[in-house]
Amino acid sequence: MSEMTLDIPCEIPAEAHNPVEPFLRMDRMPHIWCPGCGIGTTVNCFTRALLDSKADLDKVAIVSGIGCTGRVAGYARLDSFHTTHGRAIPFATGLKLADPELQVVVYSGDGDLFAIGGNHFIHAARRNMDLKVVCVNNLTYAMTGGQTAPTTPGKVVSATAPYGVFEPSFNLVQLAEAAGASYVARWTTYHVKQLSRSMEEVLKKKGFCFIEVISPCPTLYQRRNKMGDGLDTMKYYKQASKVRHGAPTSECGLTATGEIVVGKFVDRDRPDYLELLRAQMTETLGERFAEPEVMCEC
Amino acid sequence: MHADPRGVLTGVHFLDGDHACCEGTLAAGARFAAGYPITPSTEVVERFASRIPTVGGIFIQMEDELAASIAVQGAVWGGAKAFTVTSGPGFSLMMEHIGYAAMTETPCVFVNVQRGGPSTGLPTLPAQADMMQARWGSHGDYGIIALCPNSPQECFDLTIRAFNLAEEFRVPVMLMLDECVGHMTEKVTIPEAGEIEIVPRRYTRKAPAEFRLFEPREDLVPDMVRAGQGYRFHVTGLTHDERGYPSMNVATQDASVRRLSDKLKPLSNGRAIWETADLEDAEVVVVSYGITSRVAQRAMELARQRGVRAGKFRIISAWPFPEQRIADLAGRVKAFVVPELNLGQMVHEVERAAAGRARVIPVSHAGGTVHDPAVILRAIVEAAQ
Amino acid sequence: MAKGFVGITVERCKGCGFCVEFCPTHVLALSSAYNSKGYHPPHVVAAEKCSGCDLCGMYCPDFAIFGARHAR
Repeated sequence: MSEMTLDIPCEIPAEAHNPVEPFLRMDRMPHIWCPGCGIGTTVNCFTRALLDSKADLDKVAIVSGIGCTGRVAGYARLDSFHTTHGRAIPFATGLKLADPELQVVVYSGDGDLFAIGGNHFIHAARRNMDLKVVCVNNLTYAMTGGQTAPTTPGKVVSATAPYGVFEPSFNLVQLAEAAGASYVARWTTYHVKQLSRSMEEVLKKKGFCFIEVISPCPTLYQRRNKMGDGLDTMKYYKQASKVRHGAPTSECGLTATGEIVVGKFVDRDRPDYLELLRAQMTETLGERFAEPEVMCEC
Repeated sequence: MHADPRGVLTGVHFLDGDHACCEGTLAAGARFAAGYPITPSTEVVERFASRIPTVGGIFIQMEDELAASIAVQGAVWGGAKAFTVTSGPGFSLMMEHIGYAAMTETPCVFVNVQRGGPSTGLPTLPAQADMMQARWGSHGDYGIIALCPNSPQECFDLTIRAFNLAEEFRVPVMLMLDECVGHMTEKVTIPEAGEIEIVPRRYTRKAPAEFRLFEPREDLVPDMVRAGQGYRFHVTGLTHDERGYPSMNVATQDASVRRLSDKLKPLSNGRAIWETADLEDAEVVVVSYGITSRVAQRAMELARQRGVRAGKFRIISAWPFPEQRIADLAGRVKAFVVPELNLGQMVHEVERAAAGRARVIPVSHAGGTVHDPAVILRAIVEAAQ
Repeated sequence: MAKGFVGITVERCKGCGFCVEFCPTHVLALSSAYNSKGYHPPHVVAAEKCSGCDLCGMYCPDFAIFGARHAR
């Protein structure tokens, strides 16, 4: 434990340690995220979910794309993959199909998953590929300086929309449901308990699961639009969020300063990709169907 | 080790190159393929899709080549031998991920059944115009291996070789067919599984605490690992240190990026793969590869009949380029004649290796069909003067 | 004695204020001290009110604080 050189010390047991540290590559701390950024908060929730679901951490693989949230893979002490921009999901598809015993989590940002990665998202959802997708949605392309993302609501300004965004923005939960996801939820970084619980739920669920987490980007999105800092944004989330489990996703669109509908919207059971594959092959090939043993000998 | 018999269709077959390539992947132990339809390559994965459910593995048709080219790599890190198949436009789409495979040292195979280009070009007709792209198509400095079969039999044999080289050098390998070789039907002999040598994946024997995913052995190639074994490793396309952690500075860039090319140096001399004939007394050497080598064969025979001492150098491993051998030949022949189904690509490598010590005469062709042997013959005869 | 305690890794803190704001029993306040990066880390101002719920730890984006219950 580091020393505390502060005004009023308090008594700490000698063996106490931050419960998130065993899940992190501590040799890579401190991380690159800004003051008030919510990505680290989501990592705490993910850590809690891993603990509470009693996941075998050797079998959890995390796949990220490019962007601020994409850096999560580098900090998580798991088998981790920092892939190309937008392509975390197809990479994760190959990984999962090669070793279905892996619990494959995709952890990436809104631009990565829904702009360049949009096509891959909808197809993996359509296939009900057994992947758990966490999308930290800070409504911008943060890493590259705060450009417009498909999630950036009108009429905020961005680095590429200096006079205000005029494009309609995506409603990610509606998109996920329409594409076929088996589990769809949205929280904000204010909802740490609920987010952890949703993450734990998806770790125990088969099929394509999607959790959107609204998060501040105080350095770019909030600053450019004079929305305050990370704490101001968290207070806004607290005040503006309405928990509506089961709400129609079509009614869950986001605006720049309006209500944020959070909750679990979709939780359905559908056979996942491998179950469908097995069922079809067994039906058509009968005994000739050979169990897919994809891993090579060594 | 030997091939797994479940994937080996032992016997004498009458197959086209695409189909033979598919059998090569199965014999090599590939049990995962991701693809996207594109003429003239599609038959490779169509056959794989129909074979793999009874062999035991997975084929998934992805939504585009971007997805296919990275799904394959996810599968490799999950422990599979994996490949994808495409042609020109898809090859272009896959370029970012070929670079990712090179940077992360992911062993996998990319099959390109070349067709007329650029752009949509001639989907059903042959060309050899992606050769430079195979080497340089992705951004940055990296190395790859490229093999060029000239018959359906070689489509089988060289596919296995491609997988073996991928595992040995922890690198993506390009298998450069062309539409002719892919769609020509010839006898293909597939031996018993016990006669097929397979290079196993070089998984580390170290414990997780000591293992470093990018720490090279003496041969400059690092050991491999797969997910789910407790190694808690990290793979990134960012410039990284031996642990795989991003390390974006000049020193790491120099050390790690150089090694990506340096590790393949053995293939530019001693380990290069070629076929030669009649070189002892040759005054002109015809350098060719793929389907053009079959046409060039005819031209060389005609040249010999006319008293021109033509020798054959058939490139089989095009990248790294067999520069040492060409440089040696340049010292004792008058000229190289380099027919290609493109407007001049590998000929520049021949020029570079010859370094002015022999003339280098291209015989270019924009593609769409094979050369007329008479055109190559004319070049050989002129070169001998 | 309080039910819980808070551990703070001063050098990791970026002074975002989440822990101070969202502690349910207002155990924390930003201190006047600086860490080496120039941020004001939190300190415990009402130790007896700490339940060890670890909400501070859940919120902290920099992994700089955690709460835990004293062993009984």
